[in-house]
Amino acid sequence: MAAQSAHAEVAHDDHPHGWRRWLFSTNHKDIGTMYLIFAMVGGIVGGLLSMGMRAELMEPGMQIFGNPEIFNVFVTAHGLIMVFFMVMPSTMGGFGNWMVPLMIGAPDMAFPRMNNISFWLIVAAFSLLVTSLFVPGPPGTHGVGGGWTIYAPLSTSGTPGPAMDFAILALHLAGASSILGAINFITTIFNMRAPGMTLHKMPLFVWSVLVTAFLLLLSLPVLAGAITMLLTDRNFGTAFFDSAHGGDPVLWQHLFWFFGHPEVYILIVPGFGIVSQIISTFSKKPVFGYLGMAYAMVAIGAIGFVVWAHHMYAAGINVNTQAYFVFATMVIAVPTGIKIFSWIATMWGGSLSFRAPMLWAIGFIFLFTVGGVTGVVLANAGVDRSFHDTYYVVAHFHYTMSIGAVFSIFAAWYYWFPKMYGYMYNEALAKLHFWLTFIGVNVTFFPQHFLGLAGMPRRYADYPDAFAGWNLVSSIGSYISFAGMLVFFFSLAYAFSKKVKAPANPWGVGATTLEWTLPSPPPFHTYETLPRIK
Amino acid sequence: MAMLNRLLIYISSAALLAVCGPALAGDGQPSPWQIGFQKAASPIMEQITSFHDFINLISILIALFVLGLLIYVMVRFNEKRHPQPSRTTHNTVLEVAWTIIPVLILVAIAIPSFRLLFAQYDFPKADLTLTATGSQWYWTYEYPDHGITFASIMVQEADLKPGQPRLLTVDREVVVPVNKNVIVQVKANDVIHDFAVPSFGVKLDAVPGRLQKTWFRAERTGMFYGQCSELCGRNHAFMPIAVRVVSDEEFAAWLDSQKKSAARDDAGKVTTAQK
Repeated sequence: MAAQSAHAEVAHDDHPHGWRRWLFSTNHKDIGTMYLIFAMVGGIVGGLLSMGMRAELMEPGMQIFGNPEIFNVFVTAHGLIMVFFMVMPSTMGGFGNWMVPLMIGAPDMAFPRMNNISFWLIVAAFSLLVTSLFVPGPPGTHGVGGGWTIYAPLSTSGTPGPAMDFAILALHLAGASSILGAINFITTIFNMRAPGMTLHKMPLFVWSVLVTAFLLLLSLPVLAGAITMLLTDRNFGTAFFDSAHGGDPVLWQHLFWFFGHPEVYILIVPGFGIVSQIISTFSKKPVFGYLGMAYAMVAIGAIGFVVWAHHMYAAGINVNTQAYFVFATMVIAVPTGIKIFSWIATMWGGSLSFRAPMLWAIGFIFLFTVGGVTGVVLANAGVDRSFHDTYYVVAHFHYTMSIGAVFSIFAAWYYWFPKMYGYMYNEALAKLHFWLTFIGVNVTFFPQHFLGLAGMPRRYADYPDAFAGWNLVSSIGSYISFAGMLVFFFSLAYAFSKKVKAPANPWGVGATTLEWTLPSPPPFHTYETLPRIK
Repeated sequence: MAMLNRLLIYISSAALLAVCGPALAGDGQPSPWQIGFQKAASPIMEQITSFHDFINLISILIALFVLGLLIYVMVRFNEKRHPQPSRTTHNTVLEVAWTIIPVLILVAIAIPSFRLLFAQYDFPKADLTLTATGSQWYWTYEYPDHGITFASIMVQEADLKPGQPRLLTVDREVVVPVNKNVIVQVKANDVIHDFAVPSFGVKLDAVPGRLQKTWFRAERTGMFYGQCSELCGRNHAFMPIAVRVVSDEEFAAWLDSQKKSAARDDAGKVTTAQK
């Protein structure tokens, strides 16, 4: 098969060159690469913003930001950029685009041109969001300082300047981009699997992308509706969220979190798929309980739509409603537990090799478990009374998203880098990157549990002096993670300068999915003759 | 395996810290290097603390259990010791077990959790009603049964007296009697704020257009501090809540003194909070 593809490369490798190849690209591999580069840019911007925040919080008092509103702008931009312009473009846009067609034996995505507009829309969205930082927002300041949740009325009457409108339009474009991408993935996965590749034979990464695509398709229109209402409230005299004219600010929270909770699963579910592939490959064993793993993701996605108000226990919602959301939220722990234990069972009896992708994947399992158990704590409205809007929540969602999603992204990066670009990465640098990040994120975020327990509210530019100790530790941790990022970019440059050729399958017998049957890097057009799956 | 040892030490010391946390807790305000809740000063906060002790223990045990399994498989099944992988992909008993056991654990958590939640909403008969109104960036308190209203504004660092905590001290504290049920009605003037006092286990959003209520019963006299807990703009970090809990006699005397100086004009002060 490899020989066949190599032959195809010679015969059909006529594609546009220069800037046309990228700007007009309809090729899932090129678009995937563009998404990955875009995500790196987003990650650099979002990461530098977080460095600014941690530098300010390193000591009590205001040192870096003269105006605390600028701190709020950093908090907001960090959140929005990391969610919409770093994690989503890398997992779905980058690895999804690259690997879904390769793994299901499809020549490309179902709608290649839509794939192109999907990418360029997110670039436009990012430009709008970055622009918002430089136009007037809250009275006397620039940017959007309302947090990524942009609660009304802080985002309406509280932010009179146009920065909020820029952010709303940025979210509209990012949402449109993701909806188009989701349609593309669903159509591709349902219709373009190679002969013999039934749904129940699909690799779990493809399953995870399918579940995520449905989450995107169902949740983003709600966000689009909500931010349109926000836009008309701001500019056209409607009063959806304005209590003075019969609206209700809590309506915004319901609409936002109906999108927002599925959104956090959008960030993490592709990571589940990635980790499943990697654990199986480096254990040299098939995934344990494949069907349970696939349907656990489906269950997590489905239940994810009926738990949104657990973000709103302090908003003053009815006690019986809170009781329902406590119950529904705790249910999610069951399929999540199935996944954790199935990963361990996959390793059980295997023959484990601890290459860099495996380290990231094992790190993911443990740290996601830590974020998971604090999630169960927070699900309980009674105790969330104390934790709501404190650093405990910050610690929780960074253990799942910052650590969970990012660990899965780096696991995928090192796992598929040889396949995508044809060069081996440097193992020592990759492991150094892992250890620096692992230590860094734990030193950053574990003490934030203590800060939250002690009562430190989140989104604070300055804090009472008693919180100084753990904040200092947390800031030091963030600098360690930052050093890890420098190692990452160095290892990237190193791999491309050393040009150590990667074999078609660098991982051995454990790597059984279709992409490893192709040469590294795969030819511009793959599967011109469809593979047959036994 | 040195890395694993380091991991283990890190986790176990964290668990140890979490268990002996309450010993380091502050009273009415946070204390340096604190790792647990602030000391409970109301029956609800006591219940929150004991529920958290329970669920936190379960959380730590689960995390350690997963960590232990991971370390075991990493040691036992690494490719040097175990070159020939098995092909096992199913074990029905195991799969049923790791579905049912978590369900049972969740049920064990849910029962005290619901008890706590409903206790928080089991409003007792009010001994004192208080209205807290959030504005950018200060709180206004009203004692509707006594005709007292005043704004409470954070004291700037330069004006602090010795012993007053920075960012928590206000010019006029809310004063409530000890061992009395205080119903707090929470409102907002402009954007959403949140009235929170950690040692009372109270946290409730102040939402424009809504009148919401919560309650507490302070069991000790002293100063108890909280901070606005919903992002409300520039000075979000600078609108603390300070509650002074006093004996019945002191409270009666305070009420008298307030009524005499009633109708104070807060307008001048409020502009300083908006600086």
